[in-house]
Amino acid sequence: MYLMRRIATRNARSLELIYLAFDSVILAFAPVLKLCGFERLERPAAWFESWSKGALFDCRMCGRCVLSKTGMTCPMNCPKQLRNGPCGGVRQNGNCEVAAEMKCVWIDAWAGAGRMRRGGRLATLMAPLDHRLKGSSAWLRRLAERAGEGGAAR
Amino acid sequence: MSVHRIGFGDSYRPREGHVSGGRLERVLRSGRFAVTAELNPPDSADPDETYRRALVLSEVCDAINATDASGANCHMSSLGICALLKAAGYSAVMQISCRDRNRIAIQGDVLGAAALGVNNVLCLTGDSVEAGDQPGAKPVFDLDSISLLDTIRGMRDDGRFLSGRAIKTPPRLFLGAASNPFAPPFDYRPQRLAKKIAAGAQFVQTQYCFDVPRLRSFMTEVRDMGLHESCFILVGVGPLASSRAARWMRANVPGVHIPDAVIARLEGAADEKREGKQLCIDLIQEIREIEGVRGVHVMAYRQEELVNDIIHQSGVLKSRAPSIRAASVTPKTETN
Repeated sequence: MYLMRRIATRNARSLELIYLAFDSVILAFAPVLKLCGFERLERPAAWFESWSKGALFDCRMCGRCVLSKTGMTCPMNCPKQLRNGPCGGVRQNGNCEVAAEMKCVWIDAWAGAGRMRRGGRLATLMAPLDHRLKGSSAWLRRLAERAGEGGAAR
Repeated sequence: MSVHRIGFGDSYRPREGHVSGGRLERVLRSGRFAVTAELNPPDSADPDETYRRALVLSEVCDAINATDASGANCHMSSLGICALLKAAGYSAVMQISCRDRNRIAIQGDVLGAAALGVNNVLCLTGDSVEAGDQPGAKPVFDLDSISLLDTIRGMRDDGRFLSGRAIKTPPRLFLGAASNPFAPPFDYRPQRLAKKIAAGAQFVQTQYCFDVPRLRSFMTEVRDMGLHESCFILVGVGPLASSRAARWMRANVPGVHIPDAVIARLEGAADEKREGKQLCIDLIQEIREIEGVRGVHVMAYRQEELVNDIIHQSGVLKSRAPSIRAASVTPKTETN
């Protein structure tokens, strides 16, 4: 899966285009999905999200997806789960301080962001994670927020 | 306010344009070259251990850094050291690492530290637990250095906890961050510094610098981005005890980069320890000439007794009036 994740980073630009297309499609479907009820959709949506993003990005289902702001590299694969950039411990060969065999997640993120149209979003300040959201669908939350159902979203 | 202790050169009320009453902020804002140093925390409950180490640093330092289990090795806590330092009238920089405590504990410690008279905090992500003597510990990392900066800035400027709940008397703190220009991705490091400044960093203490060309290229980028104007940059330096110690550090301390040429210079010397000290002095003299560098941060692991000599011999304090400390405790001549 590590290999797949690194391939995804190398293709950050095409993945960004897919992401943007997917984003507008699901947003267009928001009213329909709202009719179904977001709560009822939570389990299948979380399953699908975990399966697809897990295969591509080693997604950890933090519940607050930031892939489009981190060079299409999931920051939750950082052993310190840093969401705002690399720590100072990155080895001279670019590998992780903790997992010596792994390329630093943020080296990949920086490279990925360089290939993306909106790579500048890497500078976004990420708020601390809400740990209650772990395992839930970030896509559905985005839809719910767009549809104005504040209750399901945090 | 009765327990609010002020250090030499600290004052109760921040001056105009200052966020803290601390000496470090005042020295930096007045344009003088600042010196901070790291105190190696004792593995002891005896306060005298801390005081012995603080005493040898205090004469040449604008503030003493109290480390927070650096390298993930357990020692006396940074808050404990700060309490001791403040009780004796020293200025302190409390280091806060995100490795061991969650957001609830950290915000509480920040208020406690401010009540003890701590004026400066340094926000760090922290080394991983695997680097230390208790690798089986649970790594917390609830916040990271940047969200920590943003959190404390919110406490200070908006008077609110992360939850939005109001703080009756907000902490007055000069906010610091770390930077490592010597770790990849090198071209991203200035951007990361920009992000830290955007999150609230007002001063920066860098990782050990043994590679001046690398620092120069970092600083060129920093100046191009104008970051040196919105943040005071203190470059980390330290004496290497021997070539063996240098090799060990390079292999075992996360984020420390020591070029081969430096190790070769130590190996070629008759007295390696003396050469290590001279190297440190040479580095300081070279670093202070770089535009945008506003001070040095000395990390002399188990060699605190050398710091006084190193700073005096480097000449960075030459422009200071000899009576600076005596002058700054009397309000009338506080202008420095």
